[in-house]
Amino acid sequence: MAIAETAPLLTIDGMPLKTRLARAERSRKLAAVALVSPLFLFVVITFLFPLFVMTFKSVVNEETFGRLDRTHAALADWDGQALPDEPVFAAFAEDLKAAQAKREVGEIAKRVNSEYSGAMSKFKGIARKVEAASSGPYKDLFLATDKVWGDVALWRIIKSASARYTDYYWLAAVDLKQGPDGIERVPPDQRVFLDVYARTFWIAGLVTVLTLILGFPVAYLLATQPPARANLLMIFVMLPFWTSLLVRTTAWFVLLRSEGPLNDLLEILVNNRFEMIFTRFGTILAMTHIQLPFTLLPIYSVMKTIPPSHVRAARSLGAGPFLAFWKVYFPQTVPGIAAGCLLTFILCLGYYITPALVGGPRDQMVSYYVSYYMNNIINFGQAAALGGMLLIITMVLYWAYNKLVGIDKMKLG
Amino acid sequence: MSNLPLLGLPPYASAAERAWRLCFYLFCGLVLLFLISPILIVIPISFNNSSFLSFPRGDWSLRWYEEFFLSERWNTAVKNSIIIAFFSTILATTLGTVAALGLSRPNFPARALVMAVLISPMVVPVVITAAALFFFYANPLVVTSEPIIILNNTYIGVILAHTLLATPFVVITVTATLTGFDQSMIRAGASLGAHPTLVFRKVILPLISPGVISGALFAFVTSWDEVVVVLFVGSSDQRTLPRQMFSGIREMISPTITAAATVLITVAVVMLVTVELLRRRSERLRGIR
Repeated sequence: MAIAETAPLLTIDGMPLKTRLARAERSRKLAAVALVSPLFLFVVITFLFPLFVMTFKSVVNEETFGRLDRTHAALADWDGQALPDEPVFAAFAEDLKAAQAKREVGEIAKRVNSEYSGAMSKFKGIARKVEAASSGPYKDLFLATDKVWGDVALWRIIKSASARYTDYYWLAAVDLKQGPDGIERVPPDQRVFLDVYARTFWIAGLVTVLTLILGFPVAYLLATQPPARANLLMIFVMLPFWTSLLVRTTAWFVLLRSEGPLNDLLEILVNNRFEMIFTRFGTILAMTHIQLPFTLLPIYSVMKTIPPSHVRAARSLGAGPFLAFWKVYFPQTVPGIAAGCLLTFILCLGYYITPALVGGPRDQMVSYYVSYYMNNIINFGQAAALGGMLLIITMVLYWAYNKLVGIDKMKLG
Repeated sequence: MSNLPLLGLPPYASAAERAWRLCFYLFCGLVLLFLISPILIVIPISFNNSSFLSFPRGDWSLRWYEEFFLSERWNTAVKNSIIIAFFSTILATTLGTVAALGLSRPNFPARALVMAVLISPMVVPVVITAAALFFFYANPLVVTSEPIIILNNTYIGVILAHTLLATPFVVITVTATLTGFDQSMIRAGASLGAHPTLVFRKVILPLISPGVISGALFAFVTSWDEVVVVLFVGSSDQRTLPRQMFSGIREMISPTITAAATVLITVAVVMLVTVELLRRRSERLRGIR
């Protein structure tokens, strides 16, 4: 060992072994990084970046930005209490003239209309008037055209909508808005989104509990049967797992209809037909069916690792069958329960297709509203804020899943 | 002691225990029935001659299969589904397998974080992914304000989106196969003078192939089943089979959807059997069983 202290070990080309080893390690690490980077970049560019862009859309005034600059400058010192004066009206008129020339009044009006319903037609009306009038004063022209221009609330909205950034969509996503005295709740007839989130959580939670109640015993059965029989029974779990989501939703759609087979059966059994399609009951039934394998399989794979001798030992020590199960077997299955339930809960939060096809209007979840604002109302800001909120909730749960279960432990099939 | 059957319990089991066990079996039987019956019930309905979605009462027919296999609308949907699923499977399997190989090297830096990023497309609600892609595809080359390329309503857009959704499955299955993989075999190959590509072809690939193939099957099924992204970023030109079924339920309820469902169930059975056989082969190869 004395040699090692004085002269370091050298490789054949005279380099210290330590340096050489570090260099080899580094090049191996680089090779590993090079293998992962194509997919990593693909995910970052076509997934994380778009998610960022979407979230950004929920905090900017895309429709009005750059189109109401004069108005915004004129309103900068306005306190939001009394009706603005002529300079503001004049600036607004100039902006409207410019927008009218580029046919952009509709865009501006749409943004204001989402906060002030009826603004759409007023904007179009006044834009034509302003275009015809070559010069001011404009305030009287506005007030003579429509008394809506005397409403201070409308001007407050124009002021906030003409800024670059807005908190409107995120506040609206939790049924709040900017009022004259700061943030306030929206009128009761417009409170929808908190209800939608509560409903989403409730449905996801209920489905998770139901899949656990139904899945746990079956997982236990599969884990304790002899391999040949267990493999046979496993088909009952794996076939639905591999069958398309849309096929299973179609199946439930067919089953639950008022003239469907389930009602035919119920008519024979209890002489009555029930309303099941387009109801909460139908939605939860179909979702439970679809999610059951996702809860069951992680529990099953944990149960497979529990040696049967543990329970036998407990029994031989005098524990009753229930006590032995509860004190010895059950605690060992908890990681599987956590993994399965968390996965099902996360997946349930994002359900769209199944509630849309077998649920009624009162059973639609957050995803439906994201899609509704994207494709039907074309209000991208609101869609992005609702989606962003759901994204944050999902990410927090995903983080918890990662901490609790570990993403490497995720198994398929 | 009791007339109740033993049901696999030891002979000393009490009557209450046996009754409990009987209830347990009954409960499990009902749950398994609940799992399988909705899928099986669709099959006979698809052979009904009437245009109602009900069981055939003696009037069996193949007319809905005729509609499914011969009509232009469904044919296009099947063709689109196959094209999109084929290309996304190839892309996802290649990207995912290569990444999994890198991730399984010892001492990969920040492995947990990278893995979490790679798996995230599977966890984020697909409506959010679809909405984000819709915005992104409107102008993918962000540097210019006027888009030079638009990926919305193109095959490439849908294929890239499906690739994104499918890669997590490939990464998970291939990484799982590689956990039992002996890294010294790569060194053995290299020490015998083989070039890394030869080592990959002759040593690594045969060992991980069951994982790669089942990952590819997962990727295929992901694309084959996907409807939300197609709804958001695709046009009627990219109408796939699930998209067609979705509008089949929404707009015109015809029993053709049950024929389509039956065909898809058959595909699922084939997939299930293949994956199971591959899993057994993989376990044999890695000497687990």
